[in-house]
Amino acid sequence: MTDAVVGALPVLSDELESPARRALRRLFKRKGAVAGLAVIAAFIVIAAFAPFVSPYDPIATSWSLVRKAPSAQHWFGTDDLGRDILARVIYGARASLMAGAISVGIALAIGVPFGLLAGYRGGFIDALISRITDAMLACPFLILAIALAAFLGPSLGNAMIAIGISATPIFIRLTRGQVMSVKVEDYVEAARAMGNPPWRIALFHILPNILPALLVQATLSIAAAIIAEAALSFLGLGQQPPAPSWGSMLNSAQRFLTNAPWMAIWPGLAIFLVVLSFNLVGDGLRDALDPRERA
Amino acid sequence: MLNFLARRIVQLIPTLFFVSVLIFSLQQLLPGDPALVMAGEERDPAVIAQIRQQYRLDQPVPIQYVYWVKGVLSGDFGESLRNKVPVRELIAQKLPVTIQLASMAIVIAFLIGIPAGIVSAVKKGTALDYGANIFALWGISTPNFWLGIMLIFLFSIELGWLPASGYVPITENFRASLASTIMPAFVLGNAIAAILMRHTRSAMLQVLESDYVRTARAKGLFERSVILKHAMRNALTPVITLGALELGTLLSGAVLTEQIFSIPGFGKLIVDAVFNRDYAVVQGVVLTTATIYITLNLIADIAYVLVNPRLRG
Amino acid sequence: MKMMRLAITAAAVLLSFQASAQTTLRIGLAEDPDILDPTMARTYVGRIVFSSFCDKLFDIDEKLNIVPQLALSYATSDDGKELAIKLRPGVKFHDGEPFDAEAAKFSIERHINFPGSFRKPELATVDHVDVVDPLTIKLVLKQPFSPLIAQLTDRAGMMVSPKAAKEAGDKFGLKPVCAGPYKFVERVQQDRIVGERFADYWNKDNVFIDKVVFLPIVDATVRLANLKSGGLDLIERLLATDIKEVRGDSRLKLSTALELGYFGLTINVANDKNKGALSQSEKVRQALSLSIDREALTQVVFNGEFVPGNQWVSPEHPYYQKAYPVPKRDIAKAKALIKEAGITPPISVDMMVTKGAENEAVAQVMQSMAAEAGFDLKIRLIEFATSFKQAQAGEFQAFLIGWSGRIDPDGNTYVFMHTKAPQNDGGYSNPEADKALEDARLINDTAQRKAIYEKLTKISLNDLPIIYLYHRRLLIAHTTRLEGYRQMPDGLVRVIGLKLK
Repeated sequence: MTDAVVGALPVLSDELESPARRALRRLFKRKGAVAGLAVIAAFIVIAAFAPFVSPYDPIATSWSLVRKAPSAQHWFGTDDLGRDILARVIYGARASLMAGAISVGIALAIGVPFGLLAGYRGGFIDALISRITDAMLACPFLILAIALAAFLGPSLGNAMIAIGISATPIFIRLTRGQVMSVKVEDYVEAARAMGNPPWRIALFHILPNILPALLVQATLSIAAAIIAEAALSFLGLGQQPPAPSWGSMLNSAQRFLTNAPWMAIWPGLAIFLVVLSFNLVGDGLRDALDPRERA
Repeated sequence: MLNFLARRIVQLIPTLFFVSVLIFSLQQLLPGDPALVMAGEERDPAVIAQIRQQYRLDQPVPIQYVYWVKGVLSGDFGESLRNKVPVRELIAQKLPVTIQLASMAIVIAFLIGIPAGIVSAVKKGTALDYGANIFALWGISTPNFWLGIMLIFLFSIELGWLPASGYVPITENFRASLASTIMPAFVLGNAIAAILMRHTRSAMLQVLESDYVRTARAKGLFERSVILKHAMRNALTPVITLGALELGTLLSGAVLTEQIFSIPGFGKLIVDAVFNRDYAVVQGVVLTTATIYITLNLIADIAYVLVNPRLRG
Repeated sequence: MKMMRLAITAAAVLLSFQASAQTTLRIGLAEDPDILDPTMARTYVGRIVFSSFCDKLFDIDEKLNIVPQLALSYATSDDGKELAIKLRPGVKFHDGEPFDAEAAKFSIERHINFPGSFRKPELATVDHVDVVDPLTIKLVLKQPFSPLIAQLTDRAGMMVSPKAAKEAGDKFGLKPVCAGPYKFVERVQQDRIVGERFADYWNKDNVFIDKVVFLPIVDATVRLANLKSGGLDLIERLLATDIKEVRGDSRLKLSTALELGYFGLTINVANDKNKGALSQSEKVRQALSLSIDREALTQVVFNGEFVPGNQWVSPEHPYYQKAYPVPKRDIAKAKALIKEAGITPPISVDMMVTKGAENEAVAQVMQSMAAEAGFDLKIRLIEFATSFKQAQAGEFQAFLIGWSGRIDPDGNTYVFMHTKAPQNDGGYSNPEADKALEDARLINDTAQRKAIYEKLTKISLNDLPIIYLYHRRLLIAHTTRLEGYRQMPDGLVRVIGLKLK
């Protein structure tokens, strides 16, 4: 996961369109991003309405239907305990989407305030936060996540916390960088001159203007978080059986690649589609929010 | 300039300190008793007590930390709890392996990411743009362990072209070495390719729309020479430094990839060590990785500043 | 004429040089062994590697009889406190040192006294070792201990060169020097372990392969892929679900043996802080055992390749008590037992399961089956490294775990069932069981021991401190080019007599 966002702010212009409107319009012009949004929306709907959409109970085992190939009754086939794979992919969407959203939520909730603090205050606090952030970034992300997940205990919730904490330094660094380039702008100086306390400036003047960059990174981080959840579940540290998650489905599928390849194909495909979509949307957002683009 | 350099080097020290504290405390927080893990099936209490004493596992954590740091500063990273090999030796054995893998991965990443980025920027908005986009994004959209398994399935089991696992050092047999590392390097390189593509694209766009390129175009220069001569030279510099910095991503990716392809590198070493509670190994490996990463960062920063005097402020 | 003959001989010699290329046996292991020092080793895979490098005093045959290896015979004194062992003459260690009574005494005492030795508990009853003559030693015991001879067929009986061991100290494992068919050449951690044929091996006429290489490959699918593509010649721990594939491939052969151990559910009978129903009454435990359809379990998860069990040895083991066969599933009886115990379902059970795809599958199947009798098995996946600690601390109600098994039935029972034994995580304590366990150790006669173990079986099947579920088959797959391989129940890969075409 890297921070790859262009700096600078949308300059207030005398166009009739608000910046948000303009960004949205530009976003929808990029077909890739639109497709991505559509796919994400589809998955969210499917995950939300899982009980109605799913043909079977995802944890219902059946000894006679073990590892059956895709058929009319089981569109995606069954797994090694006779469970319907389509049902598990649908319910697994809940775990994976939640993992993505909540991990990034945690990273934002911790990272942004610290980044604001470091960027705005400067001085010793900045140095302290920056060094700790550097230290966390220097450790390979997955190792950090594995160690944290092992420490907290194997469960989906703990995996989300582990991924969230591992992703925090990126947001700290991004926020800090953004804050530092924004805080010298005129309107911030003006707000300061008017006697606004720092927290007010941070919250109402700085934060709204760095939101675009954060939004882009958040989208890209959700993509990475979903993959990280799959990796942790693959290692046995994520979603616990019998509840489904795409990563743990891949884990069980590993032993049956030649016997029952459909066990690996469908969850892998699902991860691919969702993560690709988030990446496309994130890229699209970056382009849409890029101030140097005209029209 | 010297000021800047000095400042950055001084910053190294607290960062490394925090790294050491971070990994040390993480290890200690891991549940499970390494003495019990080492004791294996039989679990004789006398043996366990002896292990604890020998490795100072019965001492309070801060004291263990002090012993460890003392050792590190004198070049002794301790030894593996599992098989008594000095950690320094393990690192020396495995670092070249991961470096070979990482180098190949970066080359592949460059070969995929940069052209994709250039095409995407130059042909922006067209089908080629989206095509190149998806081609490179595919890399970070697939879990690398899944991709690895699929590749093994295809190239080793079905087609039989490449060995399913194992590693041959490049010094031993060039061809076999290439055969054993091409798949994992591809899996790793894929992910970096996407990132490189993004950066190349945005850097190219930035340059393509800049004044002097517009001027060159206006002068009527051939489109291709415009791109080649002016745009690329300026766009690629930050991208190249970025490539070197992706070591962190590579190592994360290597963790599972090495597991699947049975490559005896850093990634596999560290995962096994975490699961076996082999403290000394985890600490030694992460410290080494972090140091390399931080050093590369420093070099990249310096290079960046050297190239771009405006940033020296 | 003479020239002609000379020329032909020379040509023949040259041709034979061409023909006899070095043969290498490449073995795929499921994990990287730990330290290669018989005194300090503790992994199962390590034992597989040892069978190529380090010979032991005795070995076993398929019927679990004791056969000579570095020792020729043994005799126990009448009071059971002395074990005299006659050693094989003309044996050399890899460094050329002779193997004699002094070396044997050194090796055994190293196992007992070396700091950090994991063999200590196995040889706990040995007081000291006497050298009777250059080829005879006598182990003097503190008390009679019939399982001792079985210990000498494993790591505790492995002989090391005194010279090399004294020089290397605790680093001996980095370069072991023993008396086995292959000499240690090199080891690259997590990559390979290489051995080459030992020219002065005592049984060298039966060693036909020049080199042996062990390659740890953790992923079972990849291990099999390597075997199929010809990158390996033999692999251990084939997945039960891959058996069909191996049988269907004409270039591969499957070698199996039923394991010495078992897979079961250890119940926390005495240390359960939550005082769950399972710890309160043996009737509830019996009900749980009856709610599991062991046949279906092995069918679903292992394609029927594994064997259902209800005792600590498999139904094919000489010590199996036929009077107590594997029960069939009986939900009605299970429900009745629960009622008798005065418990109202659903019964919630915290079931600790170590990570591993097959473990998890078994747990889920059990969860599904036991639910019908009113049990709510809550699966708690735990890392292997953490499981022991939690088990010892009693932080579980049921622990799904297997035991690799020992040749002597004492090795499958004492440490788990005796009061306060090191692996008795559930805290089971029954004075009658203790007496049976202790008595069985004092007697040498098989029939008498079996009678004592029958008493133990009856007690344990009533108390059910461990619910035995099934016995795994050791699954070894190898190329058809490898001839002469036979699998033994202890899981080791024996290299004597193997030929590679």
